[in-house]
Amino acid sequence: MERLQNNYLFPEISACEFEHKRKFPNEKIISLGIGDTTEPIPEVITLAMSDFTRALSTPEGYRGYGAEQGNKALRKAIAEIYYRDMPVQDTEVFVSDGSQCDISRLQLLLGRDVTIAVQDPSFPAYIDSSVIIGQAGDFQGETGKYENIEYMKCGPQNDFFPDLPNTSRTDIICFCSPNNPTGQAASRKQLQKLVEFARKNGSIIVFDTAYAAYISDDSPRSIYEIPGAREVAIEVSSFSKIAGFTGIRLGWTVVPDELRFSNGFPVIHDFNRIVCTCFNGASSIAQAGGLACLSSQGVKAMLSLVDYYKENAKILIDAFDLLGLKIYGGVNAPYLWLHFPGRKSWDVFNEILEKTHIITVPGIGFGPGGEEFIRIATFGHRASVLEASKRLKCLFAKMSFASHA
Amino acid sequence: IAKRKAEHMLKYPDAQVISLGIGDTTEPIPQVITSAMAKRAHGLSTVDGYSGYGAEQGEKSLRAKIASTYYSNVEIGEDDIFVSDGAKSDIARLQVLFGCGVTMAVQDTSYPAYVDSSVIMGQTRLYQEGFGYGKIEYMKCTPENGFFPDLSSVSRTDVIFFCSPNNPTGAAATRDQLTRLVQFAKDNGSIIVYDSAYAMYISDDKPRSIFEIPGAKEVAIEVASFSKYAGFTGVRLGWTVVPKELQFSDGFPVAKDFNRIVCTCFNGASNIAQSGGLACLSPEGRQAMQEVVGFYKENAKIIVETFTSLGFHVYGGDNAPYVWVHFPGQKSWDVFSKILANTHVVTTPGSGFGPGGEGFVRVSAFGQRANVLEACRRFKEWYM
Repeated sequence: MERLQNNYLFPEISACEFEHKRKFPNEKIISLGIGDTTEPIPEVITLAMSDFTRALSTPEGYRGYGAEQGNKALRKAIAEIYYRDMPVQDTEVFVSDGSQCDISRLQLLLGRDVTIAVQDPSFPAYIDSSVIIGQAGDFQGETGKYENIEYMKCGPQNDFFPDLPNTSRTDIICFCSPNNPTGQAASRKQLQKLVEFARKNGSIIVFDTAYAAYISDDSPRSIYEIPGAREVAIEVSSFSKIAGFTGIRLGWTVVPDELRFSNGFPVIHDFNRIVCTCFNGASSIAQAGGLACLSSQGVKAMLSLVDYYKENAKILIDAFDLLGLKIYGGVNAPYLWLHFPGRKSWDVFNEILEKTHIITVPGIGFGPGGEEFIRIATFGHRASVLEASKRLKCLFAKMSFASHA
Repeated sequence: IAKRKAEHMLKYPDAQVISLGIGDTTEPIPQVITSAMAKRAHGLSTVDGYSGYGAEQGEKSLRAKIASTYYSNVEIGEDDIFVSDGAKSDIARLQVLFGCGVTMAVQDTSYPAYVDSSVIMGQTRLYQEGFGYGKIEYMKCTPENGFFPDLSSVSRTDVIFFCSPNNPTGAAATRDQLTRLVQFAKDNGSIIVYDSAYAMYISDDKPRSIFEIPGAKEVAIEVASFSKYAGFTGVRLGWTVVPKELQFSDGFPVAKDFNRIVCTCFNGASNIAQSGGLACLSPEGRQAMQEVVGFYKENAKIIVETFTSLGFHVYGGDNAPYVWVHFPGQKSWDVFSKILANTHVVTTPGSGFGPGGEGFVRVSAFGQRANVLEACRRFKEWYM
C-alpha cells in the first residue's frame, strides 16, 4: 500500500470539485470529470427492480442467498444477447457488482507473482490494484512508472494501439476497448495482433468492454469476435455506462472453459473458487434489473441512454471544430481526449476549471502517457453539456494549439 | 453440501428434503424495508431521484444511522463506518489490506471464509488432514474450555479473527473473555477482526460489539451484516468499522489504507440496498428486524429442545441461529450422511469449520416453522 503514490484518481477529482464549489458558491460548476451517468433509468428496468423488491416481502417472492456466480436466467441472457455468435456459454459468465470489483478479484486470482502490461494511458484501477496486490514494484519518480509494470504507450503517434513487437512479454495484458480515457476502439486487425501476441507469449488478456455499446463503426465489441481469443482472454463488462447502473452495481466477467494456466489447469475453476470465497453475488435486486435490461424493451431502453451520451459527445466535438484543437475519441466512447502539446495536464485542468468552472480529468491521472491530455466525459444533462460546450469553445478559441517544435 | 443434497434428491425423488444446512434466511423481508427499496428503485427513473456513483464508503445518511444506532455509546463515528455488500466481501478486502505477509489466528471452529481467504491471499502453508493449514494458528474452542480459547497457549499472530456469537458453535463471548482477548491483542500488537454478524441474536447481556470493551478501538476492526437480521442474504449489505485509533505498528492509520482499498477495489454497495439499510434502522425497521430474529430464535429453541430431549450434548442456539450438536466418537461427515439418509434433513458437518469441528454437526435455525417442526419430528422418530 505504501507504494501507491496518491489517492485514487476519482476521489481526488471529487475533492477538487468540492473545493472549487466552496470557493465559488455562486458559480454553476459543470462536471465533465468523473464518468458518472446522469440520466434516469428507463422505467421498464426500474419497475422490474421495484416489483422484485416488493415480492421479497412475500413467501413466494422471497429470495435468500443467490448463486455467487449469478442468477442463472441473467447469465443465460448475457450469453444470449452479447455473445450469441461467439459463442459463450452461460456457465462461463460470472455476474458481479461491477468492473472495479471484478478487476480486483482477478488480481486476487492472478496473485502477486505475475507481471502485467497496461495501456498507457488506462483506467487507474488496473495499475492501482496491481500495486496493492504486490505485483508492481517500486514507483520511479523520473518516469512516473512502477518498475515491474509494462506500460504500452497508446497515442496519436501509433494510432492508439501498442507497438507490440517492442512490448516486453508479461503474464497478463490489460486492454480496454473502447478505451477509457482515449475513447479509441481497436480494430479487428489490431485485436487479431493482440490475441496472437498473447498466444505466442503464453499471456492472458484481461479485456475490458465496459464501453462496447458506444461503438459506432464495425470495431469488435467483444474480444471473442477474434478467433483464438477463447484460449487467451478474460472479458470484463458492466451495466454501469449502458443502463445508468453506476450506483446499482452490476457487471459480469467471462472466463472461457478453454482458458488454461500454463500447467493446464482451467482458469475458470480458480475464478469460481475466488467468487465463492471472496464474494457473495451481486445484489438480487440489481440482477432483476439486469434481466429487465436484456429484455427486448430493455435493450432498446439502454440504446436510448447510450445514444443520449453519444449525442453529448457529438455536441462537444462539433463545438470545438475549427479551433485547431486536437480531439480524439468521442465517436466510439463517451470520452473526449484532448491534446494540449507541451503543457502539463494538471495545469490545463486548473486553467479550464478557473476560467470555465468545468471539471475535467487531467490525463496524467491515467498514466505518464496521459500527460499533455485532458479527458472530458460526455455524460451529463443535455443543458449542462450545451452550456459547457459554449464555455469551452470560448476558452479554447483563445488558446493556441501549435505543437512545440 | 449442495452436491450431496442434489445426489440425495436424485436418489429419493419423493422425499421432502429439509435444509437446515446452509445458513440461509427464509422469512420474507418486512414491508417497511422493501417498500423503501422499491421506492428508491423506481425513483431512479426520475430526474430528482436518479443517483449515479455513490461514495465508496457508503451513503452518508446510512453511515450516520449505523453509527448512531449501534455505536453511539462507544463513540464510533460515521466516518469510522464503511458500508459494504456484506461480510464475505469485507473479509476478502481486509485480507487484501493485510497482504500475504501476515500471520493469522482463527477460532477452531469458525466460518470457513477466514481460512479460505487467508489461503488465497498466500498467508498459509500446505494443508494437513486433521490439522488444518500450516502457519494458521487454530485457537481451539470446545465445550471443555467454554468455547473460548486458552489465550496463554495461543501463539502470537498479526491478525486474530474472532466471531461472536460464533458460527458454527453459537457461543457468545462474555465481557470478561473479550477483555482478555483485547488485552492479548494489545500485548502482542495484533489486530482483531471481530465478526458480529449474529450480535442481534444475543439473549443475555454479552457484548454485542467489541467496542464495548475499553481499549478495543486501538486493536480491533468490526465486521457486521444485515444478512441475518433483515433477510438481506440476497440483497447484500453490511458494514465494517475501522476506528481512527487503530494503527499499524509504524503508526499509520489502518482506516486510511482501508479507505484506499475500498476506493480502488470496490465501488460501493448497491444504492437500492443502502436505502433498505436506512429503512432497517428506522424505529419501525428495527422492530421488524427484532421480530425476524425472534422467529429464528424460536426455531433454534425448538431444535435445542429436540436434541436435548434425545440425550445429546447440545451447544449454541440461545445466542445465535445455530445449534452445535456433539456426536462423540463419530466422524461429522458420517453423521451428516446418516442424518440425511434417515431423515432427509440437510445439516452441516462440523469438520467443515475446522479440525476442532470433528464429531459435531451444525444445525441451522433458519427455515419455515413448519419445516423446522417436521425436521425435529423426524429427528425424534429416528433416534427414539
